[in-house]
Amino acid sequence: MPGKLKVKIVAGRHLPVMDRASDLTDAFVEVKFGNTTFKTDVYPKSLNPQWNSEWFKFEVDDEELQDEPLQITVLDHDTYSANDAIGKVYIDIDPLLYSEAATVISGWFPIYDTIHGIRGEINVVVKVDLFNDLNRFRQSSCGVKFFCTTSIPKCYRAVVIHGFVEELVVNEDPEYQWIDRIRTPRASNEARQRLISLMSGELQRKIGLKVLEMRGNAVVGYLQCFDLEGESGLVVRAIGTACTLDKLSNTSAFLPACNSPSKEMKEIPFNEDPNPNTYSSGPSTPLKNQTYSFSPSKSYSRQSSSSDTDLSLTPKTGMGSGSAGKEGGPFKTLLRQQTQSALEQREFPFFTLTTFPPGFLLHVGGVVSARSVKLLDRIHNPDEPETRDAWWAEIRQEIKSHAKALGCHAVVGYSESTSICEEVCILSASGTAAVLNPRFLQDGTMEGCLEQRIEEASPPGCGFCHIPYDELNMPFPAHLTYCYNCRKQKVPDVLFTTIDLPVEAIVVGKGCLIQARLCRLKKKAQAEANATSISNLLPFMEYEVHTQLMNKLKLRGMNALFGLRIQITVGENMLMGLASATGVYLAALPTPGGIQIAGKTPNDGTYEQHISHMQKKINDTIAKNKELYEINPPELPEEIIGSPIPEPRQRSRLLRSQSESSDEVTELDLSHGKKDAFVLEIDDTDAMEDVHSLLTDVPPPSGFYSCNTEIMPGINNWTPEIQMFTAVRVSRLSNINPTNQTLNKNFNDLCENLLKSLYFKLRSMVPCCLCHVNFTVALPEDELVQIAVTAVAITYDKNQALQANKAPTEKSQQRASTDNEEQLQFPLELSSDPLSSQPFSPAKEALEGASSHTGIPAAQRATSVDYSSFADRCNSWIELIKLKAQTIRRGSIKTTTSLEKASPLAEGYLRHRSVPSGTNSTVSVVKMTPLSFLPGAKITKYLGIINMFFIRETTSLREEGGVSGFLHAFIAEVFAMVRAHVAALGGNAVVSYIMKQCVFMENPNKNQAQCLINVSGDAVIFVRESELEALPVPAPTAQPAGSAGDVTT
Amino acid sequence: MSSDLDVFVGNTTLIDEEVYRLWLDGHSVAEAVARRLRGGVLEREGTSVAVLQSDTRDHYRTFQMLERLLHAPPRLLQQLLFQIPPERQALLVQRYYAFDEALARELLGKKLSKGTKKELDEVSARTGVGIRSCRRQFDNFKRVFKAVEELRGPLAENIQQLFLLPPALARDYAAIVFSGIWGLWERFWGFLGCPDPPFSSRDYAAIVFFANSRFETGKRRLQFLSFGDFAACAQSMMAHWSQGALAPEAADPDGDLPKSFLQDLKELKVLVSDKDLLDQHKSLVCSALRGKISVYNELEANFKALSRALVNVGGKLTHARDVRDFFVDLVEKVIEPCRSDKWSPGDLRLFLTHYTAAPRNLPGFRHQALWERYMAAISACLLRMYHD
Repeated sequence: MPGKLKVKIVAGRHLPVMDRASDLTDAFVEVKFGNTTFKTDVYPKSLNPQWNSEWFKFEVDDEELQDEPLQITVLDHDTYSANDAIGKVYIDIDPLLYSEAATVISGWFPIYDTIHGIRGEINVVVKVDLFNDLNRFRQSSCGVKFFCTTSIPKCYRAVVIHGFVEELVVNEDPEYQWIDRIRTPRASNEARQRLISLMSGELQRKIGLKVLEMRGNAVVGYLQCFDLEGESGLVVRAIGTACTLDKLSNTSAFLPACNSPSKEMKEIPFNEDPNPNTYSSGPSTPLKNQTYSFSPSKSYSRQSSSSDTDLSLTPKTGMGSGSAGKEGGPFKTLLRQQTQSALEQREFPFFTLTTFPPGFLLHVGGVVSARSVKLLDRIHNPDEPETRDAWWAEIRQEIKSHAKALGCHAVVGYSESTSICEEVCILSASGTAAVLNPRFLQDGTMEGCLEQRIEEASPPGCGFCHIPYDELNMPFPAHLTYCYNCRKQKVPDVLFTTIDLPVEAIVVGKGCLIQARLCRLKKKAQAEANATSISNLLPFMEYEVHTQLMNKLKLRGMNALFGLRIQITVGENMLMGLASATGVYLAALPTPGGIQIAGKTPNDGTYEQHISHMQKKINDTIAKNKELYEINPPELPEEIIGSPIPEPRQRSRLLRSQSESSDEVTELDLSHGKKDAFVLEIDDTDAMEDVHSLLTDVPPPSGFYSCNTEIMPGINNWTPEIQMFTAVRVSRLSNINPTNQTLNKNFNDLCENLLKSLYFKLRSMVPCCLCHVNFTVALPEDELVQIAVTAVAITYDKNQALQANKAPTEKSQQRASTDNEEQLQFPLELSSDPLSSQPFSPAKEALEGASSHTGIPAAQRATSVDYSSFADRCNSWIELIKLKAQTIRRGSIKTTTSLEKASPLAEGYLRHRSVPSGTNSTVSVVKMTPLSFLPGAKITKYLGIINMFFIRETTSLREEGGVSGFLHAFIAEVFAMVRAHVAALGGNAVVSYIMKQCVFMENPNKNQAQCLINVSGDAVIFVRESELEALPVPAPTAQPAGSAGDVTT
Repeated sequence: MSSDLDVFVGNTTLIDEEVYRLWLDGHSVAEAVARRLRGGVLEREGTSVAVLQSDTRDHYRTFQMLERLLHAPPRLLQQLLFQIPPERQALLVQRYYAFDEALARELLGKKLSKGTKKELDEVSARTGVGIRSCRRQFDNFKRVFKAVEELRGPLAENIQQLFLLPPALARDYAAIVFSGIWGLWERFWGFLGCPDPPFSSRDYAAIVFFANSRFETGKRRLQFLSFGDFAACAQSMMAHWSQGALAPEAADPDGDLPKSFLQDLKELKVLVSDKDLLDQHKSLVCSALRGKISVYNELEANFKALSRALVNVGGKLTHARDVRDFFVDLVEKVIEPCRSDKWSPGDLRLFLTHYTAAPRNLPGFRHQALWERYMAAISACLLRMYHD
C-alpha cells in the first residue's frame, strides 16, 4: 500500500440547468479511483454549488496510481428517477508521482460530457502521499519522468542517453464490443475514454520499468499513439529515448546549453569569436554524403530482410569519434570502444530525439525509412500482443540495417506511424542514420572538465555534414565534394534528415517549408489483393515524393532538408503521400545546380518555344527564391574549391590518415557537381503537369516565413508573442473520373489554400514565422480528404533579423579567407588522434581495406604519407600543448560573451512585454506551443506529461452549426481542457504540444458526427527572461516591433 | 473541390475587429465577405475570395459561440473555453453593448415588449440600422433592464458590474433605461447613487404608479429631439435634483425619509400664484435684461406665460399623468413660443440666468435654494433642447 491519494471537491460553477421546472440543478459529485467510489452531499438548487467536501482518501498501490486515472463525475440528483450525469473530469495523477514535478493538482476543470461538450466547471484539489517502497520486484515505475520534448529538456543535463524504449498494449475496442449495441453512445464513449486512459497509464508504467532496468530516470521524446484497428482492436504504442537526466541546480552557469536554442546557441557561432577556434573540424571520419535512402517498402507478405544489409561496418562507429579521440589517449579509446560495443549490442540504437546536446551528433548519413503493409486480424489474446510487436520489430530491423548501409551505427529523429483503412494497415518508421559521440551513451561518468573540453572541440558548423560512409563503397550514387566550409572532408551534394537543424550548423539565408504532395489512385479491393496493390504502389510513391522534394529544394536554391516527415495515407480508393520538411542552404554543402528541362521532340518549333519558356520560368523562380530566402553564399574563388590546395593546407591534410586517400575521385566528382544541372525530361503530358505543379507553390506573403522544424534557420531574434493553432479541413474530391493528375492538383490546391488561409489569418502578427508546421492527412471516406495542421506563429524583430543575417555570411567569409587559425587547429586534433588510435590500427583503415577492394593503391599511398609526415607531427605536438591552454581560456571567454549577448535580446523582450499580457484576469493564461521552448522565456520546471484523449459525439449536428461548428467547438474544448489541467498543476504553458490524432466521422443524413482527438505535451512553468534577470544595460539594437510596414528584403 | 469542413482554432482566440463589426451589424457571411472585398483587403493581402470566405466563417462561428457568454459578461471572464486577452474581452463586450442612438431614440418611450420587437422592422427601415442589429440591441436593452430591475443600489454601478461595461456606457444604459424613458421613476434616483429614492414611504405608491407611466417622447412635436438630448436632459435632472437625497438628512436613522423634493416643488407655485411676486419678478428680470437682449419686447409680453409654464412643470411632477407630459410641456409652452419669437440661444441663456437669479431679491420668497436647484436642471434641459 505505498500511496494515499486524497481528493477534495470544492465547488462548481456555471452548471447547466438540469431541472426545467426550477431552472436549477441539485448537483453532487462521485469521485472514483480504481474500484473505490466516494460521493459528496447533494447541493440543492444551485448552478454554483459549494460542496467543500472532506478529503476523500484512496489507499492504493503505486502500480494502480500509475495506471488509473482519477474519475470525477458530476450528477444531478433526482428523487424519483435515475440521477442524470452532467459530465466528467478525468485527472491523470502521474505528475504527482515524481518528486520534482507538481505537488498538488488544484483548480477549475471543465466538466466534460461526450455528447454535450463542456458543461460548467468544477474546482478540485488532489494530493498524493507516496511511501517509499524499496521492493526491487515492484511493477511500478514511479519516479521516471516523461517528456514529449524531443531534446534534452531545458533545465536538465543529460548524464547518459541510454537509448530506445518501446512498448505496446492492445485491447478490444469498446466501440466494437457486443455490449455497444445496447448501451448509450455516451456510455460507449466513456468506456473508450476510460480504457485508453488506463492503457496509456499502463504503457507509461511499463516503459518506466524498462527505463529503470536501463538505469535511467527519464524518457525523452516520448511519443504515444493509438491505432484504432476497428474490429480487430485497439493498440496503444509508445516509443521514447531513455536517459539519465540531472537537474541543473545552477542554471545560469549552463546558460548556453540550456537556454532556448533560438538564441544563445546561435549567438555563439554567429556573432562571437572571430577566430574559428571552435570550428576545428575533427579530422573525423571518412567522407559522407547524400542522404536519402529510400527504402523499398515491404509488401505485407514479404519477410523482413533485415540482415541483408548487415555489412561488416561495425568498426566504423569508431571513426566517428575522431574529435573525441584526440582528447584522452588510450583511456579514452578504451572507453569509446566499450560504448561502441554497448551501442552495437543494443537491439535498436534508435533515438527519438531531434535536437541534441552540442557534440552529440558527429555525422549524419541520411534519411532511412521503412514501410510495411499488413492485414489486420482480430487480436485474440490482448495479453499477448505478439503479432503487433513482431511487425514493429521487423520494421525496426530494417531501419537498423539501412542505417548500417549508410555507415551509421545509430538512428536519430526516429518516429513511427500507422495508417489504417478497413483491414489494411501501413506501418511506417523513419529516422536519420547518424554517427554519434559515444560520450553521452556511456554509463560511466566523466569529469566535468573533460566533457567541457570535448564540447569546445566538437565539430563546428559543418562536422555533421561530412559523410559517415565510405566514398568508395557508397550505398547509393551521389556526388561528393569537399566540404565548402572546412575543405577537409567530403560532403554530399544534398542532405535529407528527419532531425532539427543542429544549432551549430552554419546556414546561409533563411529556411522554408517544402512539401511534396502526391495522390495515387488504387482499385478498390479486399484483403490480400488490396494489400498487394498497396505495397506495389508504395515504392513509386516514395520515388515520386523524393523527386518532388528534390526539385522543390533546387527550385529554392537550397541544398538540405531538415525535419523531413513523409506520411503515406491509405484510403479506400487511393493513397496519398505528403512530405514536409524545412529546406535550408547549408554553407558546407555545394550550391545546388539549377533545373534543366529537356523536351523529347526537339524538332517541333512551338514545343521548343514552350520548353524554353518553362525553362525561363524555372530560372526566374530560382532567382526569386534566392532573393526571398536571402541565399547569397559567399563566392568562393574557384581554385579553393578546385584542385590546387594551398600549401599549408596540404600539409595538414597529409597529417591525416586514410580518408584522404582518394583525392582524385573526389575531384572528379566535384567537377560533375559543378556542371551537372538537374535535368527534367518532359516526355509526356504527365511530366509537363509535374513541372507545372512545381511552379504552383506560392511563396508565403512578405513578412511570413514557415518551417516544420523547431526553429527557423536564419531567424534568431524571436519576440515573445506566440499563437498556437489547429486548422482542420475536409474536402470532397468531386471528380467523376478522377485521374492521378487531377487528384494531385486538387490535393496540391487544398494544401496551398490552407497555407494561404493561415497566412491571412495571422497577418496581424507580421513579421512572423510559422514554426513546427505539422500536416496530417487522413482519408476518412471515399473522396474525402482531411487535413489537420497544427503549428505556432512566432513574431520576430525584423531589424535584428537583418543584422543577424549578416553575421553568418560574414562569418563564413571569414572562414573562407582566414586559414591561419585552421593551420594551428589541425595539429591539435590530428596529433592526438594518431597518438591514440594510429598505433592500434584505426578502425577506418581496417574498414577501408575491407570494403574498398578497388581502391587498394589509394589506401597504401595513404599509409606512406603518414610516415613521411612524422616530423610534422612532432612539431605539432608542441603546438598542441600551447593550443590546449588557449582553447580552454577561449572557452571561458566564449561563455561570458554569450551571456552578454543574451542581454540585449532579453531587453527587447522586456520592451515587448510592456503590453499588458492579461495577468489580472480571473483565468490564468496558459500558452501552448508545439516547440520545446518559449521565445523570450526560460522554462524553470517541468510539471509532467499531458496526454489526453477525448471523444465528442453529437446527434444534433445541424443545430450545433454543422460539421464546422461541431469540430470548432470540440477543438476549442480540447484546448480548454489542456489549459485547465496545466493551470491546475501550477503551470503556465504546454511545450512540445502535439495533436496526435484527430479522427472525424460524420453521418449528415442521420444528423450525427463523432470525433476523437488525442493530444499530448509537457506542462511547464516558464519565467520571462526579462523578469529573470535584472538588465541594467540599455538595449542598443532592439526596435519596437511596430515596423511591420517595412518591406521585406 | 469544395471544403465541407473548415475550421481554425487558435489557443488565443483571434478576434478580427472588422469582422466583429460586420457581425454586430447583422450582416450575413456573404454580405460580410462582399463588404470586406470592397474594403480592399484582397489587394492589401494578396489573398483569394475563398480564403476570405473561410476566414469570415471562422470568425462568425467564434462570435456565435461567444454570444452566449456575452449575454452575461462576467462569465466571459471566468469561462475556460476561449482564451482571450482582457483588453480584447473588454472590446468584445463594449462593442456588443454599444447601441445606435437613432435606434435608442426610436425606442424611447416604448415598452420593451414583444409587440415593440415586432415593430422593429419599421424602426430598422427608418433608422437604417440592420434588422438583426436592431433585434440584438433591443434584446440588450431588455436584458440590462431585466437584470437590474430587481436590484437595489446605485444603478450605473450595478450595470457596470453585471455587464462589465465601461462607466460611460453603463451611465448611458442607466440613463436610457431609467431616466423615465421606460419608467421606473424610482430608478431615476437610484441612478445617482442613493440607495433609496428621496420620497417618503407615503409617496411610494404614487411612485410605483409613476413607474408604469412613461415620459411622452414619441409625439410629433418632440421629433426634433435626439436621443442625446433626452439622455442629457435626464442626466442633468438627476444631477441637480437628487442632491437633496445625498444630504445628511437623507440618511435619517429613524428611517423617516426627508420631505420629498418633488413635494417641495409645489411650494414654488407661489411665484406665479401670488400676483405681487409675479410682477416683481418680472420687473427685476426685465430691468436686468433691458438692452442686453434682442427680443426684449417679446420677453416683456410673454414673461407671465413663460414663468407660469416653467413653474407649473415642476409642480406637476408629483402626478403621474403630468409627468409624462414633462417634455411636451417644456416644448409646447417654452421652446415653441420662444422659437416663434426668434429668440437666439444666447437670449434664452441670458433670460434663464436672470430669471433664476432674480427671486433672490424678492421679499418674502423663502425657497431660494429649492428654486435654484430646480431651475438648474430645467435651464440645462431647455438649453439642450433649444435647437431646430
